[in-house]
Amino acid sequence: MTENPTGRLDVRKTYKLFVGGAFPRSESGRTYEVTAADGTFLANAAKASRKDARDAVLAARKGFGAWNAATAYNRCQVLYRIAEVMEGRRDQFVADVLAAEGGSAAAAADQVDAAIDRWVWYAGWADKLAQVLGSANPVAGPYFNFSVPEPTGVVVAVAPQDSSLLGLISVIAPAVVSGNAVIVIASTARPLPAITLTEVLATSDVPGGVINVLTGDPAEMMPWLATHADVNAIDLAGITDADLAVSLERDAAGTVKRVRRPDRDPNWSADPGLSRIRDFVETKTVWHPMGV
Amino acid sequence: MSSAGYSRQVSLPHALPDSSPASLRAFLLGLPGVDEVGAVSRAAMLGTRSIKNDTKAWAIDTAISMVDLTTLEGMDTVGKVRALCAKALRPDPTDATAPSVAAVCVYGDLAGVAREAVGDGLHVAAVATAFPSGRASLDVKLIDTKEAVAAGADEIDMVIDRGAFLSGEYARVFDEIVAVKQACGHAHLKVILETGELRTLDNVRRASWLAMLAGADFIKTSTGKVTPAATPPVTLVMLEAVRDFEAATGRRIGVKAAGGIRTSKDAIKYLVLVKETAGDPWLTPDLFRFGASTLLNDLLLQRQRLATGHYSGPDYVTID
Repeated sequence: MTENPTGRLDVRKTYKLFVGGAFPRSESGRTYEVTAADGTFLANAAKASRKDARDAVLAARKGFGAWNAATAYNRCQVLYRIAEVMEGRRDQFVADVLAAEGGSAAAAADQVDAAIDRWVWYAGWADKLAQVLGSANPVAGPYFNFSVPEPTGVVVAVAPQDSSLLGLISVIAPAVVSGNAVIVIASTARPLPAITLTEVLATSDVPGGVINVLTGDPAEMMPWLATHADVNAIDLAGITDADLAVSLERDAAGTVKRVRRPDRDPNWSADPGLSRIRDFVETKTVWHPMGV
Repeated sequence: MSSAGYSRQVSLPHALPDSSPASLRAFLLGLPGVDEVGAVSRAAMLGTRSIKNDTKAWAIDTAISMVDLTTLEGMDTVGKVRALCAKALRPDPTDATAPSVAAVCVYGDLAGVAREAVGDGLHVAAVATAFPSGRASLDVKLIDTKEAVAAGADEIDMVIDRGAFLSGEYARVFDEIVAVKQACGHAHLKVILETGELRTLDNVRRASWLAMLAGADFIKTSTGKVTPAATPPVTLVMLEAVRDFEAATGRRIGVKAAGGIRTSKDAIKYLVLVKETAGDPWLTPDLFRFGASTLLNDLLLQRQRLATGHYSGPDYVTID
């Protein structure tokens, strides 16, 4: 125990995972030290194992049912509520981002603002994406033919390693907005903003299992998740090792998963567009007979 | 160490009872009490074994072969039972090396459908005697049993009258089991104790002995309609009872753990419990069963995981 300058003992933190709306320890009992950009100790984070990853898939599959069944309008409100709660914790997020990434306090604050704005932006898409990604198709016959986007199911996303909050939200939000359940592996070296986000999620209205957050080493968990038959898509945004990305893509082919490769030069502050939403939906086309 | 002492043979207070109600009562009430804390900690301790992969493969196949694949719903249809039977015969259609289950377990009126669907390949177990409450007259219970046997059931799962048991009318419960056993004819009789309603492990031990003395071929934990259903401590006490009964009489009685066992991990814990309590002779479908509906799918998923090296998912097994 160290004393800080005020004479008060430090309250040292050991964080846990966020799976199925609860905060379990890693099944393996392992933790790792999280340090600030300048090397000082920040907290211990749970180091998830492949069994934690498997449990997260079970939780996500369970969460998917209700989330997918909710109306788009309702999903929109729930996601907006997350942004509201984040706004209330703005100072904590700024402190987390500043500690994790270094730089200036103003830059950290800008990133938090951008992250909250991005939640709001994606939340708005919940009841609009069908109009933009879907279509009524002209066909040669007496049929009304239309295509609608449907969520693909359970999406595993590796959050960007550098952008600890904006990047994280930029991979979670587009996947959940269409009705998918998500398992996100937070940045290994900078997990604290993700952990604070789990506290936001637990106190907002998002059902348990819809967003699950694991901390630890993606290289350890991802081969198991890429081959897992109950995972429908993987987003490799935070995989920095090109060989690993290729091998994960190959693994995912065994069960025909959707794979989003890592972007070459990601700019998380740029307008994200709809490509991430589009990558994790399936298009259902319906032929409906017309006539009397 | 207390848990080592715990597993020792229970020394019986008296000789086995004769047929008089007074002697039965004296025997059951004279059974040594169960150390509840010891039973819970021993069952928990046996659940912490780590299992190597090749042992796990054996355990999963053994567990599959011990499953009584069950559907006991008011909404059961002929089609549902036929689908269940197809699954019982060939649990994993993509892998012929997966063993069949031990039996299908249905309501008595569907026993004929099940028998027709499985042929002579599997046992057909039917629940009878006003399952699950057991609240009917003895005549009704006997007709229920006879009809199920006539329809093709070769195993009958009866429920005891818990009301009579809890009010101390042991002789009445005993006579009822004897009568149902007689009505079973050639069919095996499993006696459901409904341990969730018996409240104490002492009662579980008494009910186990009562059922075995009355002629049960199997003692079964629960109907699956009451929570808690099968738990490791309850099963431990029942396994001790069958072990001690064999020592006293030379007869081997089976145990069926039913209800609440949903994962392969749980099933393997039960197998450890069986081996460490009753011993190797009980590690066969003739003497140990799982009553389950969802457990089989999890066993198949774990089996696929071992065969392919990656986790499988519910899209790769049938829903029921």
